[in-house]
Amino acid sequence: MLSIQQASVNYGESKILRNINMEVPDGQVVCLMGRNGVGKTTLIKSIMGLLNLRHGDLYFDGANITKWRTSHRARVGFGYVPQGRGIFPYLTVYENLLMGFEATPKRAVDHQALEEVYAIFPVLKEMRRRVAGTLSGGQQQQLAFGRVLVRRPKLLLLDEPTEGIQPSIMKDIERVILTLRDRGDMSILLVEQFFDFALSVASYCYVMETGSIVMEGPAAIFDEAKAKEYLAV
Amino acid sequence: MDAIILQTFNGLSLGSILLMVSLGLAFAFGLMGVINMAHGEFIMIGAYTAYVFQEAFAHSLGGVEAGVWFVLAIPAAFLVAALLGALMEVTMIRFLYGRPLDTLLATWGAGLVLQQAARSIFGAPNVNVSSPIWLQGGFDFGAQLLLPYKRIFIIVLVAVIIGAVYFYLYRSANGRRLRAVMQNREMASCLGVRSRWVDASTFALGTGLAGVAGVALTQLGSIGPSLGTFYIVDAFMVVVLGGVGRLPGTILAALLIGISNTLLELGTSATVGKVLVLLAIIAFLQWKPSGLAALQTR
Repeated sequence: MLSIQQASVNYGESKILRNINMEVPDGQVVCLMGRNGVGKTTLIKSIMGLLNLRHGDLYFDGANITKWRTSHRARVGFGYVPQGRGIFPYLTVYENLLMGFEATPKRAVDHQALEEVYAIFPVLKEMRRRVAGTLSGGQQQQLAFGRVLVRRPKLLLLDEPTEGIQPSIMKDIERVILTLRDRGDMSILLVEQFFDFALSVASYCYVMETGSIVMEGPAAIFDEAKAKEYLAV
Repeated sequence: MDAIILQTFNGLSLGSILLMVSLGLAFAFGLMGVINMAHGEFIMIGAYTAYVFQEAFAHSLGGVEAGVWFVLAIPAAFLVAALLGALMEVTMIRFLYGRPLDTLLATWGAGLVLQQAARSIFGAPNVNVSSPIWLQGGFDFGAQLLLPYKRIFIIVLVAVIIGAVYFYLYRSANGRRLRAVMQNREMASCLGVRSRWVDASTFALGTGLAGVAGVALTQLGSIGPSLGTFYIVDAFMVVVLGGVGRLPGTILAALLIGISNTLLELGTSATVGKVLVLLAIIAFLQWKPSGLAALQTR
């Protein structure tokens, strides 16, 4: 379980996140919503260790990981699919996928896991020799997703995985998230703009507004009308 | 005509040495954004390693002429220069990432320290490293044209090493890690790559290659504590002209600069030749600022 306690993050002197408390229980999907620029990506980056907390603590499976390096967090099972995909543009699709095994204990290639990912995203198998930068946006998103799935992470951080990609691939990715939820062996923190999908997949939801959590609750009894006020542009 | 062939050939061997030197510079700049002003000193360290091997081991390994010591000096120079490079990265450079001006000054200072250390240990005057007997003489193509074995040896040595570097970069897991960090450092660490280790090992590889270049240089002239400073400027020009982060661009730039340096010396002088090369590079970079083959990122 991931637990964020009273976290604050600054960029220089300006406070981006203030006093965030959040929990992602084992095997569940937690959804984080909010308008553009309220600090959702900043929060995900701080969980991954790319940004340091000014105050507060992060716990994962009971251990205080606040000071851990990013690569260390990856090795205990954090998988991050960033907004804008973050693939390696000059590596081939296959080499990109191999980078997914860096966080495993022996950094060894698990061909069975690779085949499983190929089964989920068949296009990656077809294009495995292509240079990743030449893929379409949706294909790159599937690659970024597949790259963290090969090592079967314990905690999956998904930053707007369906943003700006074509509807057919969007449906594929939503289907994968649902499948992962139903398997129940992964905790997922999902940043999502689409309200309906968020409520259908998540067990618990948070809404952010200018760096703070302003609303939270179980998805089943979430106050949609109130949440939509925070999300309306 | 013969003079042109000879100078082209000499340029090819000069370019080969430049290539080996500039690979390290290009790695350090492409991967870490570090401009290593002390890089030339690792050439000098490699050259003195060969000198030490000649003085210490030649006698017990069949004499200076047999050249066993010289063959052994090549991997030894790589190791010595790589280890010192790793030491420099771990103790100094890693604390200066993202501070280009500080890195310039600090590495320049480290270079001066290394030069002075060489002066204290080996003395200020230049020393000579002999050639093994199988590197003396050359292919004779008639009255004016003699291609020395030494220069042929250097070209072959560099070709083999570039092949190995290519294999390391594009076929090994370490090379894949290196390229991933170069393309997206943040994302590589998010996937579990220990980028500190990648940085240190890549820096060491680069200084090790400079050390091997130093051994090659012992065959072209006498060596001294400031040996590196003669080659470092040309090596920087190779990196700038070749474009950062791409092996083919660096190879092409090294050969171009090496050959044009020696060819333009014909009919002019060494100094005028250098000036002409520099002017040509400036003109080229006005036209293509990112060099021959820059890494494009979208």
